[in-house]
Amino acid sequence: MPSVPVVLKMIGITKEFYGNPVLKNVNLDVKQGEIHGLVGENGAGKTTLMNILFGMPVIQETGGFSGRIVFDGKEFLPREPRQAMAAGIGMVHQEFMLIPGFSVTENIKLNREITKENFLSRMFSRKLETLDMTTMAAHSRKAIDALAFEGIDEWAPVAGMPVGHKQFVEIAREIDKENVKLLVFDEPTAVLTESEAAILLDALKRLARRGIGILFISHRLDEVLAICDRVTVLRDGEIVAEKKAGETTVIELAERMVGRKVGGLRVPDRVKLPETGEDVLVVEDLAVNMPGERVRGVSFTVKRGEILGIGGLAGHGKLGIANGIMGLQPASGSVRFLGREISLNDPVSALRAGLAFVSEDRRNIGLLLDEALEDNLALTAMQVHGRFLRRVGPFTVRDPGSIRRYALETIKEFDIRTTGPRQIVRRLSGGNQQKVCIARAISLEPKLLLVSEPTRGIDVGAKQKVLEILHRLNREKGLTIIMTSSELVELRRICHRIIIMYGGIIAGILPPDASDAEFGLTMSGERSAERSGEHETTR
Amino acid sequence: MKVWRKIRESLTSSPIPLVFGILCLFGVVVSGKSWSFLLQEVVTRLARNWILVLSLLVPVSAGLGLNFSMVLGAMAAQTGIIVMTHLKVPGILGFLGAFIVSFPIAVVLGFVAGNIMNKAKGREMIAGMMLGFFMNGVYQLVFLFMVGTVIPMKNPDLMLPQGFGLRNTVELKYMKYALDNLLNVSLSGLVIPLATFALIGLVCLGLNRLYKTKLGQDFRAVGQDMHVASVAGIDVNKTRLLAVVIATVLASLGQLVFLQNIGTLNTYNSHEQVATFAIASLLLGGATVTRATVGQALAGTFLFHLLFIVSPYAGQSLMGSPQVGEYFRVFVAYGIIAAALVVHAWEAHRRALSAAKRGLPEGETDRAG
Amino acid sequence: MRRLVERVGVPRLLVGLFLLILFALAGLQRLPVKMLISSALVRIGMNGVLVLAMLPSIRAGLGLNFGLPLGVISGIVGMLVSLELRLSGLAGFFFALLVGVLLSLPAGYVYGLLLNRVKGEEMMVGTYMGFSLVAGMCMFWLLAPFKNPEMIWVVGGKGLRVTIPISHRFGGVLDNLGKFSIGGVEVPAGLLLFFAFLCVLVYLFSFTRTGMAMKAAGMNPAFARASGVNVEKMRILGATLSTVLGAVGIAVYAQSLGFVQLYLAPLMMAFPAVAAVLLGGASTSRATVFNAVAGVTLFQTLLTISLPVTQSVIGGDISEVAKLIISNGMILYALTRKEA
Repeated sequence: MPSVPVVLKMIGITKEFYGNPVLKNVNLDVKQGEIHGLVGENGAGKTTLMNILFGMPVIQETGGFSGRIVFDGKEFLPREPRQAMAAGIGMVHQEFMLIPGFSVTENIKLNREITKENFLSRMFSRKLETLDMTTMAAHSRKAIDALAFEGIDEWAPVAGMPVGHKQFVEIAREIDKENVKLLVFDEPTAVLTESEAAILLDALKRLARRGIGILFISHRLDEVLAICDRVTVLRDGEIVAEKKAGETTVIELAERMVGRKVGGLRVPDRVKLPETGEDVLVVEDLAVNMPGERVRGVSFTVKRGEILGIGGLAGHGKLGIANGIMGLQPASGSVRFLGREISLNDPVSALRAGLAFVSEDRRNIGLLLDEALEDNLALTAMQVHGRFLRRVGPFTVRDPGSIRRYALETIKEFDIRTTGPRQIVRRLSGGNQQKVCIARAISLEPKLLLVSEPTRGIDVGAKQKVLEILHRLNREKGLTIIMTSSELVELRRICHRIIIMYGGIIAGILPPDASDAEFGLTMSGERSAERSGEHETTR
Repeated sequence: MKVWRKIRESLTSSPIPLVFGILCLFGVVVSGKSWSFLLQEVVTRLARNWILVLSLLVPVSAGLGLNFSMVLGAMAAQTGIIVMTHLKVPGILGFLGAFIVSFPIAVVLGFVAGNIMNKAKGREMIAGMMLGFFMNGVYQLVFLFMVGTVIPMKNPDLMLPQGFGLRNTVELKYMKYALDNLLNVSLSGLVIPLATFALIGLVCLGLNRLYKTKLGQDFRAVGQDMHVASVAGIDVNKTRLLAVVIATVLASLGQLVFLQNIGTLNTYNSHEQVATFAIASLLLGGATVTRATVGQALAGTFLFHLLFIVSPYAGQSLMGSPQVGEYFRVFVAYGIIAAALVVHAWEAHRRALSAAKRGLPEGETDRAG
Repeated sequence: MRRLVERVGVPRLLVGLFLLILFALAGLQRLPVKMLISSALVRIGMNGVLVLAMLPSIRAGLGLNFGLPLGVISGIVGMLVSLELRLSGLAGFFFALLVGVLLSLPAGYVYGLLLNRVKGEEMMVGTYMGFSLVAGMCMFWLLAPFKNPEMIWVVGGKGLRVTIPISHRFGGVLDNLGKFSIGGVEVPAGLLLFFAFLCVLVYLFSFTRTGMAMKAAGMNPAFARASGVNVEKMRILGATLSTVLGAVGIAVYAQSLGFVQLYLAPLMMAFPAVAAVLLGGASTSRATVFNAVAGVTLFQTLLTISLPVTQSVIGGDISEVAKLIISNGMILYALTRKEA
């Protein structure tokens, strides 16, 4: 369709965060009336690309970007979201941008209220104009009707509405904007029931027919293929494929999403596991209410000396598992370690049983940022096992000698780059902070180590080092490890088995050498747990 | 009448006004005071205090909580009164003049307070309270030491014999009852200051209209969710600032009405308890830290002052000591504020907990209130 | 130079400079500087424990303890009991301490339970809880069944007096204990030693396993929980310790003052203590014993010396106003700091 005008053209977009390239020469265009799918793993750069398009302040704060944006035929360089909105770009957010105490109408018309002049407003400010609720409601009704979604009353308060309805209110707000030319949907069906999702997809097609360009971001590949005209696959900040929807398949997209050259980093040898390993950890029907990473009931076992990987896309519950086992997030089910039941929702129980945890949230849960390195290292073992203490008269106080000795050993062993054991950990680099977190967990002398996102936000050299440390602990000390990571390639390098989570349940347990397509399909929920169960038995 | 319907509504919707209503009734009975005496006292006090209480509404709607910094408005008003008393401007002219003088001061102080609260998001109330205490020091510095030294002024009626600093009490001989006596009627012995009530009515009307404007809508949006409001393009900080400025100006008007009725200015104390009593009044009407209506402000002030009047008499007849009653009303004022704060924080805490249990993303729950 | 300013901090530098100027003025005006220093020493020891009471609260993550009147009231009741029993001297003082501490333990515990339910609003709730307690206790003072005529109104005989003189009971017992004089400066050794002793206790406590756990709970509750610390328990402990120190603090304060002050006197007691610890360099989330000592020294010296100096220089007492501006300004500054 060469005659159809292009609404959005992003040309050669490149963006770095603190020297880490997250987008490399990305080109993307959306035509009028086209639904353009954008798929990719977490961290592939979708969010950053959208932040650039919307002029989110975070982009300018981190040094801007290079490349050009042409919107509606004009050069476009948004510096704040307001400009993007004014230009005619609408965004339906993943998390709802609704005010619960307001009615549907008030939300749809938020900051775009229709007002009437009055005596005071003429004297002072337009801000004092009276709201014209009747007209506002009429507009809202029209926008809701355009979506052909029954059951939303324009006068009803948003609080207490089903999530699906809230989603439609969001969309109604975007299409009520008169000049809207491009709508961005960020995983709009993630919170919807199947029938609601079907209505939404229908509505999208109808909007497209009105000539609005739509950028559709989703993990559900079948959905993408069903409604999109074209699909772009983003991987590691690069566009790896741009296909017409009719000319590709779910399997191809999945492969493109996760596949990547394994290279650059050295692959250590995996320790061979004995065929009949003892199950040290038995998890049954674990459900975890972790906000945004909900686990809806998983059962699995971990063998002695194994590195078990847990992977999956963001929001599908992979991070919930370790947090649930460690008692840090509300959980139910049963976790047995070495035959003993661990009481859930009680971190002390898990720690005393010999489990140790390196949290994915390094800066908030992993560290006391304003404390010295050596105190960070010692604190947990001091609280849990009473290590690093000595008696002074009636007091049991911290023992500076043993803490210092342990800190110096650790700095050497883990190669932590620091000015000394008294340095504040806030001043360490991300990689060195991560080493401190791991060393702190090791100070507990754990029998099972849970590590979540060990390489997130650290540079390549440090990544290698952290993986080596984990590998060495496993190989030399026989430490059993559960490693949760968004970096599939890393899981495949050091794990013996990899659990893939989808929608809060186990979508499959794959061997590290399963094909890219298999990983891709399992991660995007295209493959049911039963089918991938084969891998378990054939191993 | 709309007002009465609202009073009735707030009485039934919240147990606090009901409980204190009963307590007041009990106090009235044991005080042994005549109805006509109590009625006159209550009418006088309502006229005196209502605007001060009403000034609290806008910040509550804009999510700033109870505006403990309203003492700044009171200080602005007192400055205006001092200037007019010094210039010996009598009656309603003096009142208007005082308002004209205090208005820009209130705007500036409101601007300062608003900026400080924007810097202390999430702890606006304690910051507002501390700002009130701090400005009290500045106020004393100005009127106790700078007047007559840095600020040239000579007026032995107002000033201390040492030549600088204002007297502790200033008789407002020119402005006493300036507004109250403008127009009042006497109904079988009950004197009702109509002009004052007309001004109060005007403020109520203005507040109600404000909530129906774009600005009012912005206040509510910012008050409920700053993040969503800012994503929608509303300038959150400016909106909050405006709310505090409006509140400070209204508070200064309220303090002017208050002082013209009292007739004496306790130069260094008149403003100190303003916030405590006004806030306690509002809360007795069933308002909360996040929700307050004109009806609650009116009803709460009525209850608070009825309680205020009868407490010493009730203390006298129950315990044989009027002082017990006096301390009781102070206790009620502080206690009701403490209770409201506890309920507010407790509910936020519970919401967060139950949301965590349901596994909702945190943002969802923050907005649920 | 800039690094020095950063290390010492702008507020301390300003106040320090101001102090120097005041001392210079005092010298120029031929004021009895030595006597001023003596009385500053008394006021430091007298207020020190109340300032120290801020530490457990800040450390445990409860912020500045505006609910200090809770401890103060406990301490006052302790002293009243001691007075009612007509105890005197050190015995009277320590008996008052004992009763005060025993009362403050459950009070602080309940206060901690309350604060655990109002997370994020601890300071505001603490302030008004303190205010209402003080107002509520006013009724108690009027009706309390104390019989000792030293304590109740001479005329009428109903209710406790507003100020109860204790100089013949245990007033000054710490001040005069081992008091000595160096070059004309009187040093209240007993008082300062008692304060120092409590400082050492608090300091040592911060290095114990519990002390470290409390600090972790205050700085980062999520981290503490993941390290096996019971955060709620630590917060309750922090509130309790702070309340206990408040009770001890008021007893020390009263014995120096020579009076027990009742009714509305404890109402604003928390604010100078809060201001002092902030002036010493603490924030709403971090505080050390050094902060408390430095803060109370600066603040009380300033208050002691500003009164006579301003009186002799400008002929009016500006010290009360200075106290208001400095203490409340300091608290306001701490509340609006981003880091806090």
